[in-house]
Amino acid sequence: MELIQLLFIFVLAAFLGYELIKKVPSQLHTPLMSGSNAISGITIVGAILVLKTNASEINVIIGVAALILATINVVGGYLVTDRMLAMFKGKEGRK
Amino acid sequence: MSGSVINLSYIIASILFVIGIKMLGSAKTARKGNMLSSIGMLLAIVVTLLDAGLDYTWIIIGLVVGSLIGAIAARVVKMTSMPEMVALFNGFGGLASLLVGWAEYEKIRTAGFLEFFKQSDTPATFTSAVIVLAVVIGGITFTGSVQAWGKLSGKLGSKAVIIPAQRIINGAIVLGLVLCSLIFIFGDTDPTVQFNLFLGVVALSLMLGVLGVLPIGGGDMPVVISLLNSFSGLAAAAAGFVILNNVLIVAGCLVGCSGLILTIIMCKAMNRSLTNVLFSGFGSSTQKAGAEVKGEMKAASVEDAYYVLEAAQSVVIIPGYGMAVAQAQHVVKELGDMLEENGCEVKYAIHPVAGRMPGHMNVLLAEADVPYEQLVEMDNINPLMPTVDVAIVIGANDVVNPAASEDENSPIYGMPIINAHHAKTVYALKRGQGAGFSGLINQLYFMEKTRMLYGDAKATVSSLVGQFKED
Repeated sequence: MELIQLLFIFVLAAFLGYELIKKVPSQLHTPLMSGSNAISGITIVGAILVLKTNASEINVIIGVAALILATINVVGGYLVTDRMLAMFKGKEGRK
Repeated sequence: MSGSVINLSYIIASILFVIGIKMLGSAKTARKGNMLSSIGMLLAIVVTLLDAGLDYTWIIIGLVVGSLIGAIAARVVKMTSMPEMVALFNGFGGLASLLVGWAEYEKIRTAGFLEFFKQSDTPATFTSAVIVLAVVIGGITFTGSVQAWGKLSGKLGSKAVIIPAQRIINGAIVLGLVLCSLIFIFGDTDPTVQFNLFLGVVALSLMLGVLGVLPIGGGDMPVVISLLNSFSGLAAAAAGFVILNNVLIVAGCLVGCSGLILTIIMCKAMNRSLTNVLFSGFGSSTQKAGAEVKGEMKAASVEDAYYVLEAAQSVVIIPGYGMAVAQAQHVVKELGDMLEENGCEVKYAIHPVAGRMPGHMNVLLAEADVPYEQLVEMDNINPLMPTVDVAIVIGANDVVNPAASEDENSPIYGMPIINAHHAKTVYALKRGQGAGFSGLINQLYFMEKTRMLYGDAKATVSSLVGQFKED
């Protein structure tokens, strides 16, 4: 993909991120932080792509380490967020 | 699998992330939003796995090991230790981005710098620059987050630590980092020198993360974690530029930007600027402690508190980090129920930065099934405080310190607080006589109307509940 296109989507995503968060009630700050933290684990895609069959030995080590770390970030991040939000949910259901 | 199918799936994943973040911003839709964003993540991973030439043995090992660790950690962590868990996860993400950048550099190094870029459309300087960015931001995120985790869990001591000549040392590190990076990016050096420069960048970034968070007190960790969360997003975006992958760029940038906004919102809740939080060494021992206080702290017994509470018409409970530490949320809810049965009006006053994360108290009280209507935000409870019979402060300190509104010399002057000192009587549950997280003396404890209930919050509240039951 053209470099300039990538820069283009980077800038647009920045504005989008800003607009999305402008108004959020404070009790949701923690889940929001935790949930977006899980999204930042997207680097898992980069870690997978390091592990090609022709990767050098050192890159296999680096890649596996990156993949484990990113997977912890993604799986742990989503589950923790869900656990927090499940509590808010229970309350709503009782009303 | 063709590139356009992969990219189309990445677009769908990105849309799911955007909708997910949007829905996380409202209580009704938050859980569904998190679910959608996780589906987006799954889609991105599955599609990536269909890429040609992958070494599946290692990938499956990595995914399985990581999933197990992540799932177990997320399941066993106590609600009260949630903030440090998030910090740790965040640090892992940052380190992963650093490693992705490193792996690409290894590829370039093995292929030979000139050879590699003969076959690439991307300018060599651009790739070098984004590799450096992924490494620097990822490295700072990693050690900074680990440090934040240590401070929150009490493993590294929560105080702000000021070491001599700190600014000079930090300045030197930043300077070294910039120099190494610039020579790495633009210098026409031989491969060995370049590799050493790269290692230098890695080492200095890791050091900067440690030293950057060291002078920040535990009370400000929520802001730091939020900022580092933003960093980990930017590190992922930089890694995305390294391997020219659009889903990394979009998702990373979304997190980077939304995290930054969230950080600023949090700072505003404390009426401080981001620079003040990061560089002031707030709460360190070198700082002025504010005005001297008159009077003494007066201890009271549980029985004494019981008689006052039994007669009270309205009670406001103000929870803080101490409640989280003592795991007292369930007994607190029980006490609230007892008081209500006794014909008393009970409210919970929630300060936006009480605890170690914004919304920390809401999460805990929600866990204990406290009805949503009883949780009142600071701005709504303060006008009512003068009419309140008893305010029970449970392990909260700085958020009820009247110095914030009265003493211009206090370091927390200007921070909005819950006006516990306007209530007719105040009971403060506290572990001991020490100062709060920020290291400041709380004048509230010395007031005529205040009584201290020393000891573990859970034990104290339990015995109060016991008194009500005996009745």
